[in-house]
Amino acid sequence: MSSGGLELVAHEVSVQFEGLKALSEVTLAVPRGRITGLIGPNGAGKTTLINVLTGFQSAGTGSVALEGQAVNGIAAHKLRRMGVARTFQSGRLFRDLPVIDNLEVTGVGLGQRRRDAIAEAQRVMAWLGISHLAGMIAGALPYTDERRVAIGRAIMCTPRYLLLDEPAAGMSEHESHDLAVIIRRIAAELGIGVLLIEHNIGLVLELCERIFVLDSGEIIEVGSPTQIRNSDAVRHAYMGTQQDELLPVEEAVAS
Amino acid sequence: MTAVLQILFDALSLGSIYALGALGIAAIFGVMRLVNFAHGDFIAFCVFAMLWPSIDAAAIVFAGRLPFYLLIPLLLFIGAALSMLSEVVVFRRFRNANPATMMIASFALGFVIRHLLLMLYSSRPKSITLWPNLGLPVEFLGAHIPMLQVVTIIITLAVLAVLVLFLKRTRFGLEMRAAADNFTMARMLGVRANGVILLAFAISGMLAAAIGLILATNSGTADIGMGANVMLIAFIATVIGGLGSVPGAVAAGFLIGAASVVFQATLPHDARVFRDAFVYGAVIVVLLARPQGLFAPKSAKQRV
Repeated sequence: MSSGGLELVAHEVSVQFEGLKALSEVTLAVPRGRITGLIGPNGAGKTTLINVLTGFQSAGTGSVALEGQAVNGIAAHKLRRMGVARTFQSGRLFRDLPVIDNLEVTGVGLGQRRRDAIAEAQRVMAWLGISHLAGMIAGALPYTDERRVAIGRAIMCTPRYLLLDEPAAGMSEHESHDLAVIIRRIAAELGIGVLLIEHNIGLVLELCERIFVLDSGEIIEVGSPTQIRNSDAVRHAYMGTQQDELLPVEEAVAS
Repeated sequence: MTAVLQILFDALSLGSIYALGALGIAAIFGVMRLVNFAHGDFIAFCVFAMLWPSIDAAAIVFAGRLPFYLLIPLLLFIGAALSMLSEVVVFRRFRNANPATMMIASFALGFVIRHLLLMLYSSRPKSITLWPNLGLPVEFLGAHIPMLQVVTIIITLAVLAVLVLFLKRTRFGLEMRAAADNFTMARMLGVRANGVILLAFAISGMLAAAIGLILATNSGTADIGMGANVMLIAFIATVIGGLGSVPGAVAAGFLIGAASVVFQATLPHDARVFRDAFVYGAVIVVLLARPQGLFAPKSAKQRV
């Protein structure tokens, strides 16, 4: 893994909560313009890793580097200005504000003048095809639109990296297909490095070039979708069995 | 007809004062979940700032003698400065504290300001004459309306209009709305938290000064406890309006003003002394029917 390339890199990051190891020596790289996946069972530490990469949580040990520059301990809003954006599992929009204001305030927070922020918000909404939502109050939006607005907020002023925390949670197959189209365009058209965290493994296998599998705070497998699909370690992690045990399916076949 | 008109103007002008007070409380509550119980003492402080410190009954008018175009900006400045100073000196230290802790800190700050005024001016109410011409009635469709009521209503409407424009049209306003909605999130997006909070305190302090001017002109006295009643009603208005909802606070301020005046006019003569009991009774009924307030904002609701 090159450290000076166009990548957002976590290098041997460990995080402890009250003695409980949330992450141990996790190394992961998100290259520009590509879609990288991060999967793992509940409680594996996926969100903690996103928090570390975006400055919401400081790494206990290890380092985070943004295209070769160490960014440990830099606050979230400063990292956002440097081009590392994220979405949250629960949307976290400003629920009493219209959609356009949700985007605008992000521009203003990034240091834009009001007028520029309005123009940028309109551009992003048009790009995502959500211009018709501009005047709606964010709290009144249906779930999928809320997600799209959250993505719009995150790609204001075109960041270099975008970390999506379970963007497809609760979406139908059709809706997550639309989401997949958007994520592809974000990487291809905007050149943004995307880290996709998802429980929808199908979506991850379909979209990502490279997938990291996290279990109990450790990276247990890295590889292409094909490698991940065929990995025993991954299957054991998801079934909750030990490496040396047979999987329940295999047991059934063997007996 | 003239009686109805008189009641209408009474209701609107009293409601205006309550609405301005509620706005002062809601502005700060919105961005930092603090109910500032020192607000009433801010009001009194602004009134006393017009007097030279002395313990005589006859007040020595000091700044109060300035022409209005200097006096009003000066008092607004004093209100804003006192309010911002209290944020920097007191409330900033409780930024991450429990709301109850902040509330108690605001009580303590109120005591400090009140006793500072006691030391400088004694507890005796002082007479203060500002713009006596405003006490003269104007005739409006046969009703005699004190000029001050008209001025109060116009000022309040102007303040509301300016504030709405400020919140909708400026980047500070946008940042304030976002911060009031979800402070942590706004901060993570790079909204300048300290700036937004200071601004909310400045607005709140200016509103306190405006109320102080209206009360002093109206009553002709400066009394250390003069802000307490407005503060109490303003707090109730923010609760009824739905904590965190600025339009709700304003609407509820007008509503309580109207209820007071209507009870005053319609209750049987013997019951009028108990007017406030009826007003607070109505408040209790409203809260029983809608515990979240009349206009609870979406951001205050728990998400499922």
